[in-house]
Order: sequence, then C-alpha cells, then structure tokens
Amino acid sequence: MAGIIGYGAYMPRNRIKVEEIARVWGADAPSYKKGLMLREKAVPSQDQDTITMAVEATKHALKRAKIDPKRIGAVYVGSESHPYAVKPSGTVLADAIGATPEVHCADFEFACKAGSEGMFVCMGLVDGGAIEYGLAVGADTSQGAPGDALEYSAAAGAAAFIIGKGPVVAKVLHTYAYMTDTPDFWRREHMHYPRHAGRFTGEPAYFKHVLGCAKGIMAKAGAKPADFAYAVFHQPNGKFPMRAGQMLGFKKEQIEPGWLSPTLGNTYSGSSPMGLTATLDVAKPGDRILMVSYGSGAGSDGFIYEVTDRIEEVRDAAPKTRDMLDSNKRYIDYGTYAKLRRKIRMGE
Amino acid sequence: MRDVAVIGVGMQKWGELWEKSLRDIFTESALLAIDDAGVDHIDAMYVGCMSSGLFVGQEHLGCVLSDYLGMGPIPSLRVETACASGGAAFRQACLDVASGAHEIVLAGGVEKMTDVDGGGATFALSTAADAEYEVYQGVTFPGLYAMMAVAHMHQHGTTRDQLSHVAVKNHKNGSKNPLAQYPFEVTVQQVAESILVADPLTILDCSPITDGGAAAIVCSLDAAKRLSKKQPVKVLASAHATDSIALHSRRDISWLSAVEKAGQSAYKDAGLGPRDINFVEVHDCFTIAEICVIEALGFFERGKGGRGAESGETAVGGRIPVNPSGGLKSKGHPVGATGVAQIIETVKQLRGDCGERQVKGAKIGMTQNMGGTGGSCVVHILGSV
Repeated sequence: MAGIIGYGAYMPRNRIKVEEIARVWGADAPSYKKGLMLREKAVPSQDQDTITMAVEATKHALKRAKIDPKRIGAVYVGSESHPYAVKPSGTVLADAIGATPEVHCADFEFACKAGSEGMFVCMGLVDGGAIEYGLAVGADTSQGAPGDALEYSAAAGAAAFIIGKGPVVAKVLHTYAYMTDTPDFWRREHMHYPRHAGRFTGEPAYFKHVLGCAKGIMAKAGAKPADFAYAVFHQPNGKFPMRAGQMLGFKKEQIEPGWLSPTLGNTYSGSSPMGLTATLDVAKPGDRILMVSYGSGAGSDGFIYEVTDRIEEVRDAAPKTRDMLDSNKRYIDYGTYAKLRRKIRMGE
Repeated sequence: MRDVAVIGVGMQKWGELWEKSLRDIFTESALLAIDDAGVDHIDAMYVGCMSSGLFVGQEHLGCVLSDYLGMGPIPSLRVETACASGGAAFRQACLDVASGAHEIVLAGGVEKMTDVDGGGATFALSTAADAEYEVYQGVTFPGLYAMMAVAHMHQHGTTRDQLSHVAVKNHKNGSKNPLAQYPFEVTVQQVAESILVADPLTILDCSPITDGGAAAIVCSLDAAKRLSKKQPVKVLASAHATDSIALHSRRDISWLSAVEKAGQSAYKDAGLGPRDINFVEVHDCFTIAEICVIEALGFFERGKGGRGAESGETAVGGRIPVNPSGGLKSKGHPVGATGVAQIIETVKQLRGDCGERQVKGAKIGMTQNMGGTGGSCVVHILGSV
C-alpha cells in the first residue's frame, strides 16, 4: 500500500500578534487569546504566495524523499488562495521542481480540506499503479476581512508530501472520507474575503465532520484513541482541534506535537498537513498517527499512518516544522501587515 | 368573565437548534402541550414571536403554525410585543377563554434566532427599542441596560458583585433544569471577568441567543375540572402595562414603571400582595433587569434589589425565590417563547414537578415578561386549585 516517501513544510518569517490586530480594532485581545487560543500568526511577505510556499515545502519534501523529481507522475496543489482564478498553480510548481512534462497536474479546492485531498488522490493513483510517485501540497495565504474574527487566525503556510511505494517513512493503513452539504464558510467569485456563519461553523460544521470522520476511520480500523501515539486535527484556531481531540478521548500529549495554530494561525489547506509534518518530526518507528482534515462546505478526510524505521534517516534532511515556527521570526505591525496583505487601496 | 385554568404545558430543550426550523420547534412544543393536556383538539391559538420576519424571513405565522400543527382552519394569531410577546400571547389566550369565545385555546411562543449571524440578531433585537431616537443613534440593548445599571449603581450603590450574584443564582437554578440552554454554574469572579459587552455588563450578565419554543393549553376552570388528567392551575390575574418606548423619556431610567403598574394591577385582580407570592419568574434579559424588576414588583424596596441574590433571599429556599427555572440567563431567551416558558415553569412548580429546583410548598407563583427596556410588561399570577 502507498505511503509517505518524503514530507516538508514551509511558513513565512513574518508574524503578527493578536494584541496588534486587536489594538487597531479596539478589540479585547485577552478574550481572543483565551477564546480562540491564538497568540500570533504567520504572514506572507510581499512576493510570497501559495505557489512560492508550495515550491519551498516541496523542496523540503524532496530532500527527505531523495528521489528524482522526474519520477513524480502527479502534482496536486490544494488551496483556496491560488494566485490565479484561471491557470493552475500546479504547473508552476511542477516546472520549478523539474517534474515536467510527463506529469499529471491539477489544482484542488475544498476550503481547508484541499491539501489532504491531493494526498488522498495520490494514494489512490499509486495504489492503482497509474503513477510511481505523486506530489500533494496544501498551501494557503488566507485572508480574513479587516476587523472580522477570522483576521486573528487567517495565516500562511504550506506542507508537501511525496506519496509512493517502497521505502516509505509512514505507511498509510487506512483512509476515510466524511462529507455533507453544510454551508458554514464560503467565498464567491470576485469576493475578496470569505464569509462565515458565525457559531454555525462550530458544532454543526467543524465538530460534526471532524468527529464523524475520526470515529468512522477508527471504527474501520478497529482502533481506539489509546492505539495512537499522535493525532492531528484541522486547526482553524487553537481551541477547536484540542477540544475535538478531547471529545474523542485523546490526551493533550497526543495532540500537542502537531498543534501549531496557537503561534502559526490557520494555514487553511496547509493546516492539518503541516500538523502532520511537525508530528512526523518527533515520531518514532512504529508510532501510529491519526490525521483528520476539515474543509468548510463541508467534509473531512481521515488517514491512519504507521511510522517506519526510515523516519530516523530522513528526519534531519530538511528543516523541521517546529524549528521553523519557533525561530527566525520577524514581528510586524498592523500597517506593514495591511501593506503585505494588500489591504490598502493604492493609487491607480 | 369566566375563570381560566392551564391544563397542559409543553417545551423541549432550548439551545442552538441547528437541525430544526421555526415551524419544527413550535410544533414539537405545541404537540407536547396538547398531549400533556390530554385534549384531542384546540379551538384557537395565539403564538408569541418577536421577529420571525428578520430572523427567518417568515411572517404570517398564525397561518404557518396552525397549518403545520394540523389544526387549520381554527383561528390562529401571532402576537408581537417584542420580548413580552410570549406573555402577551398567553394573556390573549386567557382573555379569549374568559370571554367565552373559545373553550380550549393554545398559547405558544417561538423564536428561531440562529439562522442569522450575531450582527443580524443584534439588529433584529434592536427593533424592540425606539428606532428613530435610540437605534438610529447607535445604541443596542446591552448599551441601554448598561445605562440602567450605571444609573442604579449611582443612585442606590448597587455593586458589580450584586450583578454577578444574579447570574450565579440563575445559573445554579438552571443547572437543575434539563431544558436549559446553559445548565452549568458560574462564579461571581467568572461573571465579572468575562468579556465586557457594554460597561459594566459582561457577557455573563447577558441572556443568550436561543432557538426554542413553548406552549400551554388553557380552558375555562369548569372545563378543566372535566377535561384535565392533571391538577389544573388557575390563572388568578393577567395584567399588561406600557411605558415610554425610549429609555431617555423616563423620569428615572433605573425604575420600571410598566412593571410596577402591571404588578399592581395583577395584585389587585388576584386580591393578593407581594408577600403572598411563593416564587416569581422574571425577565432577567440582563442581570440588572432582574434587580429592577424585583423592586418594581414590590419584593424589595426601591434601590434594594441588588441585595436579593447577594443575600440569598431570591434563591430557591430563600424568602422569595426568583427564577427557579434558571431564568433567561441560564435557560435561554428565544424571545417570543420566553413568556410562555415562564408560565410553564410556574405550572410545573405548582404541580410539584420541578425536582431539585422545586420551591417547596409552592401554591402561588407569578410571572413577569417585558419588552424592550420595559416599554411593555405582562404579569400573571397563577395558583393551585
């Protein structure tokens, strides 16, 4: 069965603190920090976008995979912030890493679930024998409307996975998908910022699908929370993944290694995939990891991985996710943030 | 006028009922009330609902709800007087029966508030204030009640802790009510330190946004003795009064004169006074509201309402238990249903069906439901037969 051959993450250096955003809007920073369990978030620089971050994360994944990019038969980029409405992100990525021209390429979009979708599809193509290796990336430079609660969480980051057979670092033991038509969060064409349905995004949307998917895949596998060394859930803020894990019976220690959102923010399509990279960075051979993504609209993909001995060989071949998150940070003020996120209306 | 009795009540758990529509919520409560009364039909119905048009885009509720209840072609009317709509619907049902126009009448209330976001709900609720002189100037209900709280503190020395004690007491009662939206306890410190909404009111001083329904069946006391499987509860008084719509038009913004007038009228009709009431369900949309209401109803001297919860006098087991159901604060506040739910709690208390939150030996209970900042108020007194 297919597995993860190589993995890598990337996030920008810039950070903005919750206090700085709250200061501008006259909002109560302590209540956001406590209520959403968020402290700061990553902000892309002037020339960074979903494609550049996808390339960076893929370079890290290739260092760990140690394969010739020409053998990659599929490149899938999942994002809700593809730089172009018409023209794929994946072609740029595939060309940048030298995977073209004999490669299938597509962009995915399913709110925050687009990253795990690429992983899901690559696994099927590898298992079906259509390709030798597949590259799946979840990347986003998410935007929240100025002053909206989303502005405290919408962040930037990417995670890349090379899926294949052979010397995997993590076997995929089970996959599972859980989906309904639940309009909790959306952005129509030509709208700059997404809209959301307030508290409806919680219980009937995020929790229903994440818990439904987690329970479904554990039932399929005959597994219980104690059977896993780690669990990674989609992280729209700091609070939701921790609460989802606790509702399912996971302990804080199982969730913490992949729990990046308090200081990273919500990287949308990159969220749970980046959590998985941070978890693989600390996992030991034989560890089982549960990963459940979530995309508004709404659905969750579930995966159960088993880490192999190869993790020890490749772990240090590229920067570790938590190290990138905790070091080399550059704090910016709201004015800089507004400039970088193109919130300022310029002269024509 | 004929004597009127309540013979059935129905209510399901309140909360954020994402899977249910307004008509589902109402119909479930109405069917429970009809079943509780043991009747096979109703002759008319009145339903309190404040703002179904703004919350779910549906008006003409009298027709919608009798249709979905399967009771057409009976006369069915929606009653609206802001947050007092439920109490007013119950009053209309009582007057209908008392007049002899109909025999078995359903009084219901419903609100489906979570189909709009926080801003939409704030706007819909704000229409209960004076649109031209208050709302268009930017004030919201938390803002208006915050002004009342500041005035009460300034004039009477009411404290932040006294406000907190109202929330603490109501959540304690609500923690024993399986139908409450937020059946958990809070501490004085938690209330004071929760998110500030409108100084001095924090989020735990405010009643929540709630989906919920409630229904009661009333008939003549004579018919009740014949029809009712359970001990009927007699309606001893039904009163309604109004005040200025705008807070700034009042001589004293911390005094609720519509509550005082409705209370006095109810006491007079029932031949009773505050000392005869065993418990009261009041409209604690904000903690300060409960303090003002228990003064206006004569349970505490003017300016002394803050001591009620702090001293334990308004606790279940205290001198005058206030909001044994948990009140709007803990049980929830689906605006149009609130007044009917107060009637339901009172009927259940008088039947002795309230378990851990039962007011021992309760024979006479009062309900007080108000709209806006007290621009309208409906008071009922109910008693065991």
